[in-house]
Amino acid sequence: MNPRREQKIATAVLWFFVLLTVFILLFIIVYILRKGLPVLSGSFLTRNPVDMGRAGGIFSTIIGTIVLTLAAILIATPLGVGTAIYLTEYTWENRLTRVIRFGAECLAGIPSIIFGLFGFILFVTKLGFGWSILSGSLTLSFMLLPTIIRTSEEAIRSVPRDFREVSFSLGSTRWQMVTRVVLPSAIPGIVTGIILSVGRAIGETAAVIFTAGSALNIPTSLFSSSRTMSVHFYILAREGISLDNAYGTAAVLIIAILGINILTYSLMNKYIRKYQ
Amino acid sequence: MRPWKLSLAILLFACVACSRGPAGRQFTVAGSTSVQPFADRWAEVFMQKHPGLAVNVQGGGSSAGIQAAKSGAAQIGMSSRELKPDEMELNQIIVARDGLAIIVHPDSPLRNLTLQEVRSIFGGEIRNWKVLTRLDREIDVVTREEGSGTRGAFQELVMGKGKRISKRAIVQDSNGTVREIVANDPYSIGYISLGLVSGRVRALTLDGVKASEENILSKEYPLVRPFLFLTKGPAAGPVKDFIDFVLSAEGQELVRKEGLIPAGEGSPPAGSGRSHE
Amino acid sequence: MNKLDRDERLVKLALLVLAFSAVAVLAVITVFIFGEGTPIMFKHGLGKFLFGSDWYPSEKSFGLLPMIVGSLFVTFGALVIGVPLGLACAIFLTEFSSRRLRRLLKPVIELLAGIPSVVYGFIGVVILVPFIRTTLGGPGLSVLAASIILGIMILPTIISISIDSLQAVPRSYREGSIALGTTRWQTTRMVMIPAARSGIIASIVLGMGRAIGETMAVIMVAGNAVSIPGSPLSPVRTLTSNIALEMGYASGEHRQALFATGVILFIIIMVLNTIATVTSRRARGKRKTAA
Repeated sequence: MNPRREQKIATAVLWFFVLLTVFILLFIIVYILRKGLPVLSGSFLTRNPVDMGRAGGIFSTIIGTIVLTLAAILIATPLGVGTAIYLTEYTWENRLTRVIRFGAECLAGIPSIIFGLFGFILFVTKLGFGWSILSGSLTLSFMLLPTIIRTSEEAIRSVPRDFREVSFSLGSTRWQMVTRVVLPSAIPGIVTGIILSVGRAIGETAAVIFTAGSALNIPTSLFSSSRTMSVHFYILAREGISLDNAYGTAAVLIIAILGINILTYSLMNKYIRKYQ
Repeated sequence: MRPWKLSLAILLFACVACSRGPAGRQFTVAGSTSVQPFADRWAEVFMQKHPGLAVNVQGGGSSAGIQAAKSGAAQIGMSSRELKPDEMELNQIIVARDGLAIIVHPDSPLRNLTLQEVRSIFGGEIRNWKVLTRLDREIDVVTREEGSGTRGAFQELVMGKGKRISKRAIVQDSNGTVREIVANDPYSIGYISLGLVSGRVRALTLDGVKASEENILSKEYPLVRPFLFLTKGPAAGPVKDFIDFVLSAEGQELVRKEGLIPAGEGSPPAGSGRSHE
Repeated sequence: MNKLDRDERLVKLALLVLAFSAVAVLAVITVFIFGEGTPIMFKHGLGKFLFGSDWYPSEKSFGLLPMIVGSLFVTFGALVIGVPLGLACAIFLTEFSSRRLRRLLKPVIELLAGIPSVVYGFIGVVILVPFIRTTLGGPGLSVLAASIILGIMILPTIISISIDSLQAVPRSYREGSIALGTTRWQTTRMVMIPAARSGIIASIVLGMGRAIGETMAVIMVAGNAVSIPGSPLSPVRTLTSNIALEMGYASGEHRQALFATGVILFIIIMVLNTIATVTSRRARGKRKTAA
């Protein structure tokens, strides 16, 4: 076939597929927002669910989501950033680092239901924590760990070498260099990774429902069970309790994730511009 | 971060972590998804009367509730089926009775089935609607998952020992989901808690008998199962207060309005060792 | 050794401990799952466990075949949908679009990755399932529904990794090809794609891993029947759904059987991940020698 004709056909096909993909994405977002935005109101966001979610709002689930995500991030960040610091600053590429990296990569591939199974048997049952923020956040933090390790490592590696050499030439210890020179410069990248993880944590359902449970009360301690927005949406939608409220919850979720993505992008752009 | 700031943060975290809240001010009720909506209702009203007490209601299915009660993960386990012999160690309290309704889509031409026909449909022998109606279309059978008390009750009351539910049946993990599927699929059939039947689905009459509270009480409608609260040992403290509320006139009226049958009426099912008056 | 050196050693040790956290967690999870799951795989016979088509826990029958076949069918279907769509987007974004268009579309596609799986499942239930039921027949909850939803969900994985591998092909390849007088499409088809082949394969394998591991969306649209699906319109149960549906209450042998399901899942995904890592490493190696 004439190469030019072939290219015209190929380009058309490619355009079609791309438009199809974009259409699917926009369709999902517009559909949820169109059905969900009308439900959103001040009281929807500030009142607790009533009658199993048939009426009332989603306030306790918003709190549950925030508390669970925060706890998971608090656990995963020191572990992840510490790992990244060790891998980049304190050692060279050897078998040990390969093992650590392999471990992190494998962890990233494990499906969420396995984490849920593990968390349920270990934290909820064997260790007796019950369905709780504690069980849920521990399980969730393990899921976020690989992402934080990867993004922190990238951020730390992209700090220019001169920074480190200048620090040493001024007589600092390695730890001082890391904490006072490298980390502050790498913070934007690290924070980007954390925000990405937050986005993932908000949408996570399988692992959370089996470890943090689905209680509708506002959590009062780490041992309380609590329901996140994703879990609430899942329950409302599947059981047909209130499709309106389901759409409303989904709308809040989508808006939160949109917001997080925009935040990530603007942070990344600022960070890249700083180093151009 | 300066060392003392770090240790302060850790100390704070530890304090928050170890606070289970004021001792005994919260307890968990877990198990049957059939009982769950009603337990939620009871918990809601109970917590209004007792501010400061938190009742956490979880689902998971009857078998999960029984497990949770045994292991202590929940202070009250909920079950919508009778206990098996190896579960009898638990203290059981009947808190309500519930009928099992066979449901179809509101547009379905079907209105009545015999028990044998129900057995054949769910067992997979009758596969096409044309055997029973003028519709020529495969029957979409919907059932609950294995650990469900509703399924256990259905198995015992309808299928009988030794006859399995078809493995080609669609499986869902709560009454609400089954109802949703039947409400949307005109060619489906399923079974749910009678208390959950709404205008979105039609409950069939069984051998000509309508599924209703009167017919259950008069024993004409055979499909009924107990809703049980299970505790490890006798209930005490806030847990006992909750159970007392559930069995009180107010608690029973609360769920009777929602379609359940109060616990006290009708004779208890065989072998149910009622140990809480 | 003065105090400074001692402190430095302490810090290094502390960081090493933290670094091992990922490995430690992985080890604990692996040991746990395998420890609880392996015994029962052999108790009733490995053959019967993997190839038995009867899953009936209350009668102690643990045949995983319907779920294994289910996972395979659904994943294959997801690839049929996700790979052409994803590759097309990746090729378009790297070879056939202006920089401005790329900057606009890339974040849009990454947004796809952020949507929670339960939302995908829900859209599947309210839009896709009734559509399949009314136009194609069957209950709608089917292999087809699960494949379509999963195919969409793995798009971001395939697209972003394929874009990376296409962009990593040395510019000299493209420029050399154009210098020979080929059209852009001929360049893409005959030079760029083959050069990026390893990375693209890695993206597909990773997409497979994601599809096999997905649970929530699949539970909502697949029907979860415990039988081997006879057609794309039949309901199906995957390995992941099996665990999720029965986990809450399983005890004794049943629970061990679910762990064993987890073991099978684990092994499949580890194998896929290793293949992906090896192929992408080979891609990087090839590029180093070529450029």
